[in-house]
Amino acid sequence: MREVAVIGVGDTKFGELWDLSFRDIGIQAGLAAVYDANLAAEEIDALYVGNMSAGRFIEQEHVAALIADYSGLARDHIPATRIEAAGASGGLAVRQGYLAVASGMHDIVVVGGAEKMTDVGDVMASAIQSMAADQQWECVFGATFPALHAMIARRHMHEFGTTREQIAAVAVKNHKHGSMNPKAQFQREINIDTVLRSAPVAEPLTMFDCAPSSDGAAAVVLCAMEKARKYTDKPIRILGSGQASDTLALHDRDSICSFTATRVAAQKAFKQASLEAKDVQVAEVHDNFTISEILAIEDLGFAKKGEGGRLTAEGQTAIGGKVAVNTSGGLKARGDPIGATGVAQIVELVTQLRGTAGKRQVAGAKVGLAQNVGGTGATSVVHILGVA
Amino acid sequence: MATARFWRENPSRYNLAASRCDNCGKVFFPPRAVCSACHRKSIGKMTSLKLKGTGEVHSYTLVHEAPAQLEMLKPYVVAIVKMDEGVMLTSQLIDCDPKKVEIGMRVKTTLRKLGEDGPAGVIWYGYKFMPEDQV
Amino acid sequence: MQVGIVSYGAYVPRYRITPQEIGRVWGTDGDMMSKGLLINSKSVPAPDEDVITISVAAARAMMARVPVDPQDIGALYVGSESHPYAVKPSGTVVAEAIGTSTNLTVADYEFACKAGTAAIQTCMGLVGSGMVRYGVAIGADTSQGAPGDPLEYSASAGGAAYLIGSEGVIATIDRTLSYTSDTPDFWRREGQPYPSHGGRFTGEPAYFKHVQTAGLNLLAAMSTKPADYDYAVFHQPNGKFPTRVAKMLGFTEKQIETGLLTPMIGNTYSGSVPLGLAAILDVAKPGERIFAVAYGSGAGSDAFDITVTDAMASYDRGAAPSVRQMIERKQLIDYATYAKYRGKIRLKEGAE
Repeated sequence: MREVAVIGVGDTKFGELWDLSFRDIGIQAGLAAVYDANLAAEEIDALYVGNMSAGRFIEQEHVAALIADYSGLARDHIPATRIEAAGASGGLAVRQGYLAVASGMHDIVVVGGAEKMTDVGDVMASAIQSMAADQQWECVFGATFPALHAMIARRHMHEFGTTREQIAAVAVKNHKHGSMNPKAQFQREINIDTVLRSAPVAEPLTMFDCAPSSDGAAAVVLCAMEKARKYTDKPIRILGSGQASDTLALHDRDSICSFTATRVAAQKAFKQASLEAKDVQVAEVHDNFTISEILAIEDLGFAKKGEGGRLTAEGQTAIGGKVAVNTSGGLKARGDPIGATGVAQIVELVTQLRGTAGKRQVAGAKVGLAQNVGGTGATSVVHILGVA
Repeated sequence: MATARFWRENPSRYNLAASRCDNCGKVFFPPRAVCSACHRKSIGKMTSLKLKGTGEVHSYTLVHEAPAQLEMLKPYVVAIVKMDEGVMLTSQLIDCDPKKVEIGMRVKTTLRKLGEDGPAGVIWYGYKFMPEDQV
Repeated sequence: MQVGIVSYGAYVPRYRITPQEIGRVWGTDGDMMSKGLLINSKSVPAPDEDVITISVAAARAMMARVPVDPQDIGALYVGSESHPYAVKPSGTVVAEAIGTSTNLTVADYEFACKAGTAAIQTCMGLVGSGMVRYGVAIGADTSQGAPGDPLEYSASAGGAAYLIGSEGVIATIDRTLSYTSDTPDFWRREGQPYPSHGGRFTGEPAYFKHVQTAGLNLLAAMSTKPADYDYAVFHQPNGKFPTRVAKMLGFTEKQIETGLLTPMIGNTYSGSVPLGLAAILDVAKPGERIFAVAYGSGAGSDAFDITVTDAMASYDRGAAPSVRQMIERKQLIDYATYAKYRGKIRLKEGAE
């Protein structure tokens, strides 16, 4: 398997993009990435699109073909594939693109992710999100997606003494980071009180513990390392890629306070990269709920099991801390257009590793990690990137 | 009209039909054809059983933002319950003060309406939990 | 063979509302209504309860008390005037929920408040003729009264289930007879959410004529006097009618006391006599005799002469809650909550 690098990135602003359709955002992000990579259309070998539920959000399936068409790539009849794994759709699309190039099958591929969530009402958007969980044995019985995460939070508090304030600290930090990201959906800082006093969604989680519904798209161009320098003098190498699965229903896990799929995916990625958690300076993790970030930093090895809350409250996961987590603002502040998120994480890491993150730049960032989760941890994808 | 999708699960939703791997003893709900731990060694060794319906609360939450089916009942408690047979289930916890719910609390199942396919559609029923010592 | 009750089970929902609270909203003197009807509170089903869930709860309690194999049940009937479906039986859900085989006959019954007792009679015939080994008869309702109508003060929810057979009988039904005529005292047309009634016509020519006549006919058929019975239970749409008809027939207040539930839980319609009888069976001893007369508008009365057997001494009553226990575990709600739970508030259709 040969080395693969990211040679271009692009994304739209995340938020309620009323004027832009699914096609518009997909093309916007894709073209930006291709332009950033100084690529000509003929040089693209394949397209991968991460998307959770276009069929429900915009009543359109077959979206890889759609993006290939509107980007002009269908004219050259390139292979176009849609990847779905709920919230991990984007990260999985990145992995599929990575495998295609690493295997030698393709030299250059474009990987994008897009979701247009505001084309349905709130209640429907929540119902669609819940389809990431076990419909028959969790959702039918009244467990919403936030409810499942609330139960994780409560158990984590019970087993490790994690406090409500520590969990809320994740949102406060990510909003702070988001305020430095012009593409973020939310750019205002908040404090712990904002989180604790906002409307309860599923106790103990409130509105500010939950990522918003968003529209948005992100794209990256992957290229065989041996050819990357033809297109950029700052290629960012994919040092490791890991993916793992686990039971669909949260109640079938060995522990509901840890996403084993993340631990296994991370182990594989770290092993491939010959690195450890302490070697990572910047990480984009899946904080669709505040508690998810606490689990993530524990499962990835940035914090010991049960210490995620404390580490966050101490500021160790903010820019300037032990490891800067979610400098983009994370899903919470940056926004979470489901299929786009996993790709947007790579965009942020590449931006950091290139040194072009402006106000939110992590000084000396050499190694970055992205963790993208589907459902309540039934799928987890971890990528480790480094300056080439 | 999601008729068959609910109908075929009646044995588990009404009567807690489960299965047990006779190779390792692990209980599965809903029933499975193959044990996730024993794989091939469990083929032909999965026996049917019905869960007793009792267990203890493993975690819980009070849901305020409800799906359309449950607007009438919000806020309502959802719990993950560890059944006495070892397997865990998720459902609502009813007939108790949400403030008194605790991890470790003993509960039992009862049959209630889970939802319906609109006012002209099929009604589906299934298990919800209530405190074990409750009448 | 001796046909009778092999087991029974009951269920009353936990929520209650008082006549005073209902009166408060409609500008009526709730105290007066309460005294006039002899009702202090009525039961209200939760939004996730209906005749099917109530029947299942009662039937499961019934099965919990005896080692009978549900696969030996050959017939199951649910009598109600508030079945969740107009077409699709409640009985099939109940049958599956108690683990019957597929070799049984099921139907839903309707005859206003006596649908459950009609089901008992049917099961008696099926068992007595040898056609089935055990039959299940359930009377349950979640009926509503129109908002502001006098019936709103009494229409409540609850039900009881009876396992009829000839083996392990805890109470024999020595005789049953009925008195039936076409008398339109109370009715509900297809598609209408609330029933209509003939006001005072529901009294003398309806309830009293049918209950009294059936009662007198049963006493004559059995050559008995009221004093021969330890307990009596009559259909109880309010607290007053059964007290009056008992007196008319010569029964004392003491005899009807145990089975008189309406003052606490309101009129459970098809559950009325089944629940009243269950409350009596909760305490009755071997050898004691019970006189029961149900009434269904439209109109008819089913009368039963029941004798508790020695088998009652070893019957596992404690395996399920008693009617008293369910009456006592209660939670008061206000009219707004009641209106919400009973679907009287018009909701927006369609989720977005």
